[in-house]
Amino acid sequence: MRIITYCDALREAMTQEMERDDKVFVYGIGVPDHKAIFGSTTGLQERFGKSRCFDTPLSEDAMTGFGLGAALNGMRPIHIHIRIDFMLLAFNQIANMLSCYNYSSCGQLKVPMVIRGIIGRGWGQGFQHSKSMYSTFAHIPGVKVVLPTTAYDAKGLLISAIRDDNPVIFIEHRWLYWQKEEVPEQPYVLPFGKGNILRKGTDVTIVATSWMNVEAVFAADILMKSGVSVEIIDPRTIVPLDEDLIVASVEKTGRCIVVDNDWEFCGFSAEAAARISSRCFGKLKAPVGRIGFAHTPCPTARHLENEFYPNAKNIVREVEDMLGLKPISLEGIEFYSHEKRFKGPF
Amino acid sequence: MLKDLNIELYRKMYLIRISEEKIRELYSEDEMKTPMHMSMGSEAINVGVCQALNKDDQVFGTYRSHALYLAKTENIYNFFAEMYGKDTALLKGKGGSMHLCDPQKGFMGTSAIVASSISVAVGVAFANKIKGNGKVVAVFFGDGAVDEGVFWESMNVASLMQIPVIFVCEDNGLAVHTCAKERRGYDSITRIVEKFNCRVLESDSTDVGEIYNLVSKAVAGVRKKPEPYFMNFKYYRYLEHVGINHDFDAGYRSREEFEKWFKKDPVLLQRLKLLNNSVQEGMIRKIESETSEEIELAIRNAKNAALSGRDELYKGVFQ
Repeated sequence: MRIITYCDALREAMTQEMERDDKVFVYGIGVPDHKAIFGSTTGLQERFGKSRCFDTPLSEDAMTGFGLGAALNGMRPIHIHIRIDFMLLAFNQIANMLSCYNYSSCGQLKVPMVIRGIIGRGWGQGFQHSKSMYSTFAHIPGVKVVLPTTAYDAKGLLISAIRDDNPVIFIEHRWLYWQKEEVPEQPYVLPFGKGNILRKGTDVTIVATSWMNVEAVFAADILMKSGVSVEIIDPRTIVPLDEDLIVASVEKTGRCIVVDNDWEFCGFSAEAAARISSRCFGKLKAPVGRIGFAHTPCPTARHLENEFYPNAKNIVREVEDMLGLKPISLEGIEFYSHEKRFKGPF
Repeated sequence: MLKDLNIELYRKMYLIRISEEKIRELYSEDEMKTPMHMSMGSEAINVGVCQALNKDDQVFGTYRSHALYLAKTENIYNFFAEMYGKDTALLKGKGGSMHLCDPQKGFMGTSAIVASSISVAVGVAFANKIKGNGKVVAVFFGDGAVDEGVFWESMNVASLMQIPVIFVCEDNGLAVHTCAKERRGYDSITRIVEKFNCRVLESDSTDVGEIYNLVSKAVAGVRKKPEPYFMNFKYYRYLEHVGINHDFDAGYRSREEFEKWFKKDPVLLQRLKLLNNSVQEGMIRKIESETSEEIELAIRNAKNAALSGRDELYKGVFQ
């Protein structure tokens, strides 16, 4: 099977769905420009024309309502925000309008809309280009929240999101755009609410979101040298959440660390830890651990940014602590490879 | 034909006025557990505009949409059943007075965050334009909504993309209890909006026929050449912001102002017009009593219907 990147997988999903269904259209600030949302929308306007792929004014609020309206009238809009921080200007539309329409119309009207929001870091992004926010959206009844980690998941979940008759917030970490794997050429769907066991293990369960799965796999490889067997679960969608998969794993390992690509306080890691603690209470050998961003705005300078974001090193140390192991030497291991890969400017 | 039209316009305004009078009469029973934002005073705008639209055209409103809802749908039973939260209501009480929704009749919903439906209407109109189905969308909002940023974003994008949407500003000069002069850094909304690549009209008429004629011409234009149209209609809100009473003793407005507007009350004005156009008093009374009976029946049936089931709470969060 051919190997493509996460970014290619996103573009292929949209292209195939736009070919299949002429009600699908893609829009947002900068969508058809030469940078094409980090390459994920390259060629769409040339292929499908300006009425199905277009740029917009810097009006996140109105353009979200616009998509909602188009969806109410039978279209399938995909609205893209190159930084999720900008989506906050649309928060009223998300929390007060599109999340409520199905409920408040008693199902007479549906909202088949996808909002793609890009999260993640380069260097120097600062406190307004670095948030994750998905827990905030997941807090609101009526929106689904999807966070693909792999290229295979990116394609299948995006096609599912486009075909879903509900609003879907689709979160992409920009560093994942470089992930490569085998991805089928034909369109396929992946169900929401089904997590993925990225790695099987017996000693500790790591529930990780988005980019943190990459860090978790890296940490698991290091821990293997100490004889620790880590099971990694990627929920893939946090609304709906595959609780049963997580619970089954924690019941087996007796230990769990939630590694979230976000702040901890009132975030997904808090929700997941509460649910795991409640459902696995008698089987836990240790309190559920949590790893997330420092509880500060994201600083700009590289050395401070590296303090802000957790990585595999934090995971290794947390697992060792939970298991009562002596910390192994991490000398010579390069933890910041992706940070080095990013060459800017933004 | 003109006579028939005038009768029809009167009948609809009378229907709205009496429906709201019934709410005032029955609200103290405490069975309609929904905050009432009364339309009283705006009937000529809602009826005039909706009469100029086709049945399958689409409208959006705000939390103050009793008049718009009845003008567009004439679904009196559903109106009251929703107020009472009954199982037979389209929304089973999930919407109430503030969030009426009846898409089969082109009533696409409302927002209580006043400008929030404006951009949604632009999107609905965009879809109509893409489909080429010739439908027109009208979004109704008060002048308070003009203070919110999304109004201006929506005007801009509708003008940029030449979208066939009608912005209907029901300008009562009040945002809750705050007067226009406390809120506006300009004199005329219309003078500012007309700088966009859109068409505008304004009127302070309470004559429903006059509003109907203005809007009919405008809508015909929009159907011929898809483009946004902004309409500013002045009117006077008779009752308090929320609730069923007058509030002239609250200090933010005067009874004199109300009395000045009430002299040209849209419902009374149209009744007078019918009499002046040789419609017999008896004929008018017949229409009035038939309409009142319809309303009474709707209320009786709504009251007799069962409340929606408690399990409705969890239904319909997703499709």
